[in-house]
Parts: sequence; C-alpha cells; structure tokens
Amino acid sequence: MKKFSKASTASKKAFLNYGIVIAFFVIFQSLVSTGNITSALKGQLIPIACYMIMAVSLNLVVGISGELSLGHAGFMSVGAFTAVIVSSAMAGSSDKGSLIVSIIVGALIAAIAGFLIGIPVLRLNGDYLAIVTLAFGEIIKNILNCLYVGIDEKGVHFAFNNPAALAMSAEGKVIINGPMGAVGIRKISTFAAAIILLLIILIIIQNLVNSRTGRAIMAIRDNRIAAESMGLSPMKYKMLAFTVSAAMAGAAGAVYALNYSTLVPKKFDFNTSILVLVFVVLGGIGNMTGSLLAAGVLVVLPELLRKFSDYRMLVYAIVLILVMLVTNNEKLKGKIDTFFKKLRMKISKGGRK
Amino acid sequence: MKKKLLSLILTGAMVMAMAGCGNTGAETGTVGTTENAGTEETAAAAAGDGALTGTLKLGVIGPLTGGAAIYGNAVVNGAQIAVDEINALGGAFQIELQAQDDEHDAEKSVNAYHQLQDWGVQAIAGTVTTTPCIAVSAEANADRVFMLTPSASATTVTDGKDNVFQLCFADPNQGSASAQYIFDNQLATKVAVIYNNADAYSTGIYQTFKAKAEELGLEIVSETTFTDDTTDFSVQVGDAQSNGADLVFLPIYYTPASLILKQADSIGYAPKFFGVDGMDGILTIEGFDTSLAEGVMLLTPFSADATDDLTKNFVEKFTEKFGEVPSQFAADGYDCAYAIKAALEFYAAKNGGLDVTGMSAEELCEILISVFTDPEFSADGVTGLGMVWDANGQVNKEPKAVVIKDGVYVGM
Repeated sequence: MKKFSKASTASKKAFLNYGIVIAFFVIFQSLVSTGNITSALKGQLIPIACYMIMAVSLNLVVGISGELSLGHAGFMSVGAFTAVIVSSAMAGSSDKGSLIVSIIVGALIAAIAGFLIGIPVLRLNGDYLAIVTLAFGEIIKNILNCLYVGIDEKGVHFAFNNPAALAMSAEGKVIINGPMGAVGIRKISTFAAAIILLLIILIIIQNLVNSRTGRAIMAIRDNRIAAESMGLSPMKYKMLAFTVSAAMAGAAGAVYALNYSTLVPKKFDFNTSILVLVFVVLGGIGNMTGSLLAAGVLVVLPELLRKFSDYRMLVYAIVLILVMLVTNNEKLKGKIDTFFKKLRMKISKGGRK
Repeated sequence: MKKKLLSLILTGAMVMAMAGCGNTGAETGTVGTTENAGTEETAAAAAGDGALTGTLKLGVIGPLTGGAAIYGNAVVNGAQIAVDEINALGGAFQIELQAQDDEHDAEKSVNAYHQLQDWGVQAIAGTVTTTPCIAVSAEANADRVFMLTPSASATTVTDGKDNVFQLCFADPNQGSASAQYIFDNQLATKVAVIYNNADAYSTGIYQTFKAKAEELGLEIVSETTFTDDTTDFSVQVGDAQSNGADLVFLPIYYTPASLILKQADSIGYAPKFFGVDGMDGILTIEGFDTSLAEGVMLLTPFSADATDDLTKNFVEKFTEKFGEVPSQFAADGYDCAYAIKAALEFYAAKNGGLDVTGMSAEELCEILISVFTDPEFSADGVTGLGMVWDANGQVNKEPKAVVIKDGVYVGM
C-alpha cells in the first residue's frame, strides 16, 4: 500500500483506467454468463469497447498532441474493410487466429494511411489541419464507395467502379461491393477480444505519454517554438502520435466490422468522426478516463432514451449540453474537489489513530 | 481559438442530432388492444377446431427519424392500420405492435432488434431499409426469429437465410423489370441513367437495369452518378440533355429525384422520367412543386387509385387517420401484417388450431417458414393478389407502372 501511494499520480491514473476496463469486463461478462442482461445491452458490448478504443486513440491526437482531427472515422473504415478482406481470405482458419491477424493487418494498413495523410496534413496548424483531416475522412469514404474486392481460388482481386472488372473465376465471391459495402462478414469478434485490445491500447498510450517521446509531443503542443529551439522536430513527433492513433482506430474498426454481418462505407462519415470527438471533448481533452466513460455512456444513452421515441435525439442533445455545463462549472468543480480533499483528510487522520 | 472551434463543431453536431427529430406521425410503443379479457379462455376452448387464437407480438424496425424517415413512418402507419383492423374484428386473435427506430443505420438497427427481443417479439415485419436489414437478418437468422421485410429489396437480404422473406420485389427484378417495361412500351430510344453510387439500393438497380438494357438493345447514352451530399445536379442533367436522351431513368430515392426534376425544369429539359419504388413519396415532400412531377412514371406494386375493394378500404382508412394518401411503403407495411396473419391462419387450419400467446419466437419462426415456403400458400394484399414466395424468400407478384397526373398517382 505504501508503495502504491508513493507511485506518481500519472501511473495512479493509468492503473485507474485499467481498473475501469477490467471492472467493465468482469461485471458485464458475469451478467452475460448468468443471463441477467438485456439483449439490447448485450448486443452493444463490442461496439462500446470499439468506441472506447476510438475515443482514447483520438484523445492521443487531440489531447496529447494538440491537433484537432475531424477524420478519425476514415481510419476506422480503413481498418474495418481491411479486416473484412483479411478474414474472408482466411476463411479456412480458426476464428481466433483470423481475428488476431485481421486486427493486426487492419491496424497496419490504417497506420500506413495515417502516415501518408500525415505527410501533407501535419505541416498545417490549427484550423487548417481540422479542415484537411475532415476532407481526408470524406476522401477515404468515397474511395471505399468505389472499391470492389472479390476473392476466388487464385487470390484477392481489386477493381474500381465496376464489379465486372474484378475478372474472377466462376467460383469467385465479391467481398466488398462498392457502396453496397461488405456482406456475409464472418462474425468472429468477441467481447473478451475487444477488451484485451482496449487494454493493450491503453497500455501503449499511457506508456507513450509518460515516456520521453510523450513529453516531447506535449512540449510541442504547449509551445512549438520553444520545443523546436530545444532541438525537437515537431513533424516527427506529431507524425508519431498521428500514425499510432490511426493504427489504433484501424484496430477498433477491425473489431467493429467483424461484429456485424454487413458494413457500408457510409457508416464512417463525418458524423461518426464527430461522435468520437464528442466522446473526447465531453470526457475532457487529454483525460483518458474521461474518454472511456464518455464513450461508454454516450453509446448506451440513445438506446436508453428509446422510450422518448420521436424526441429521443432531442433529449440526447439536452443531456450533452447539461453534462458540458456541469463539468465546466468552476464552482461545482471546486466544491467536488474540496469534498474529496476533506474525505482524504478524514481518511488519513483516521489512519494515524 | 481552438476552444471556439471545438464549441462551434459541437454545436453543429447537436443541431444535426436535433434535425433528425423533425418527423411526426409514427406511433411508437405498444398499441394493440391487449385488454381482451376473454382471449385466454377462448384460446383454450378454441384449440382443436382449426382456429387461430392468442396475441402475437409483432415488431417493426425502420427509420422513424432522419433522412429516410418517410419510409419507416409509412410502413409503421400502414402496419398500424392493418393491426387496428385485425384487432377491431374482436376475434380471438390479436396483434400487439411495437415499432423501433433505426435511423437507417445498421448498428442502430441491430440495437433496435435487441430492444424488440427484450420486449418479447415473436415475429418481425422489417426492417424497412436495405443495409440495416442485412445486419438484422443475420442476427435474426442466428436467433431464429421470423422476418418479413416490407421494403428491403437487395438479394443479400434473403441470401442464405431461410427465415427472411421479402414482400417487395428484389432489386434485380426492379432493374430488369424497368428495362423490360420501357422496352415493351417503347417509351424511349435513348435512355439516360442518373444514380447514386454511394447507395446500395440505387447501385444495385442500376447494375441490373444496365445488364437488361444491353440484352434488349436499349441504348443508354448517358450514365452519371452522384452521392448522398450532392445538391446540385446540373452536370448530370446537362449530360443527359446534351446526349439527347428522351427518357431519364432514376433508380434513386425521392429527395434527390425532386432536385433533378427542378434542375431539368430550370434548363427547359423535359424528357420522360422513369423511377422505381424509391421515387414513391415524391408528392409528399414539403415545399416541392408537384407540378414538376407531372408525367413522372414509376414502377411500383401499389397504386392508390386502384378500384378494388381492398385498396379502396385501405386508402380511405389511411387518409382518414394520417391525412395523406398512402405510398407504396405504407401498403407494404399493411400487407406484411396481413401476410403474417394469413400464414398463421393457414397453419392453424391445417393443424387443428394454433394459440400464439407466449409462443417462443423460434417455434413461431419454424411454423412461418414452413407456411411461406408451402406452394399452396398465397396471400392477397393491396400490393398484389396471390403473392407467393419461393424458398429463397423472394416474392412473386405483378409489377404495376403508375404515372403522376394532376398531383396523384394514376395506374398506367
């Protein structure tokens, strides 16, 4: 116990996040195995975990690296469609093996996309970066809308704009059919796999933030000129954060895609990017715990509000506004802080006796 | 600066979220009359005499808010009328209806499906739109829940799923039937196609239309595309005009179609316009000058001006309750409820009665599959008489073409 209290606040926070994720898993997994869960909530467990990964990975760009990215769903879709192709190509393999390979390849391809996009984009600052990432998100969506992928005994075929151009043999199967998206996806994602992935990603992000590289990234965020004068290359560190974040979004997309039997490029539009950004902003920029909680709550909330029927999204918006008002209220924050301080004082006093 | 930008974006996101709520007319929630005190006893007494008894929990999933809301609401309203009629008969068989919103999104649709499962749904009339339907039908296939979709027309909806049936024509049928119709009636020599290449429904119909047109020797002189965000169609319309097309085929939803009609009118281009079932609803757009839609033809299994008793009764009740002429989607919803009832009655008559109260979805699913694939079973509805289903789940019925005349649909 003494050791723990000596640990830095950063690692305390990190362990709090692991604790939240593990508790989330243990509670819901036991609910599922005892059958005490509504099928509505059960069906949402994997998407929730995916959105949590999306939120923390975007937080790496928005919070830690300080760049506003509005095209995060684009990387998710790259990972998602890559995973669909990989899992179809591995149709004979075991579910677990296919899932792991799909996630890794999905993350890699998304990382490459992130790297390529990062080359021109990260030379820009502030609002310009936001606009360009927004555009890239749309470009990825539109490319996927024109992408046709088929598979036959010779391998995987790619074509643009026309399924006939795939030139497949008679036994060939179209996996991705342009705007019709992918159908007949192998449903191999599991809640446990999503949680393990979330934990791995949290470990990577939190260790990155607390490392020398992480401090460099934050130094550039806080004062670019000062950091540059210290000999740090802003481009290099920004690119690192951006690419890692894209890879993570790709991994989230892979798990998400393999949870549904169909997937269309349209799903990953501007609105999805904004949704993830809302998780990050509402949870607190740079605050991983907040991102996790906000993603969980905001994904479930619209489903809980179904009884309001037509006014559902209106109520949802009002809840968002209220949460923003409450969490940004200095007075309220102060009160909560003093409450915790008093509590801590009491506990430590009690301990001394 | 960054904070301001963020707050601006968030405000935008909220406004978008709110904009999705602009639709009324759907009555979500439980609506059926369940307080039929005698149901239980009559059910017990009636078993054995071939009668259908009990209360069926029927779920509908469709977009009740957002861009495709007109379809979802129409289906729900249509189904509502059918359920009201069935319950008003006061017989031993009653239906409880619950509609859930999916915003035309696969993820939300699966959520809606699970929500219905928690309610104890026994059969599903849905989902209304194609992409969500593919996602939900995979779930329903695994859980063994019977689905009869009123309007999800892609073949992938039913492929490899024995529990999913369509009440509407499949996409290939729509595309090739349109080409056949245009060819048979010699509506045009040069055809232009404008389709949405970001949409599964539109692209699917376009592909089969093109294949059939080539087979028939119908000349396609202009093929142009657009995406969901397109609001200016001058390029597409201009291309069709400059290539001298005398008929423009629009396998698209009605919102972009209305813009295309407006744009064509503004440049003085007046070819024939031919649409498919997605065009249905164009007359109900607020602020749209319906005179622009004069002469637009569309292929649909339902026309509200038909004179048979079934259609007359339905149109009258629908207009009275919802204040508008029912579209094809409303008719599909209406027929879905009746087709499921007819199937259950068919089974009850053959097997000496059926009490559906509390029956599990799995059990009911097997019963309905056996009936729908039974060659002797056929259902009559406002979208066609003597509808029969094949083992793939696709329906077989006559398509009708209608033309818009004086602001209403008139059979051709």
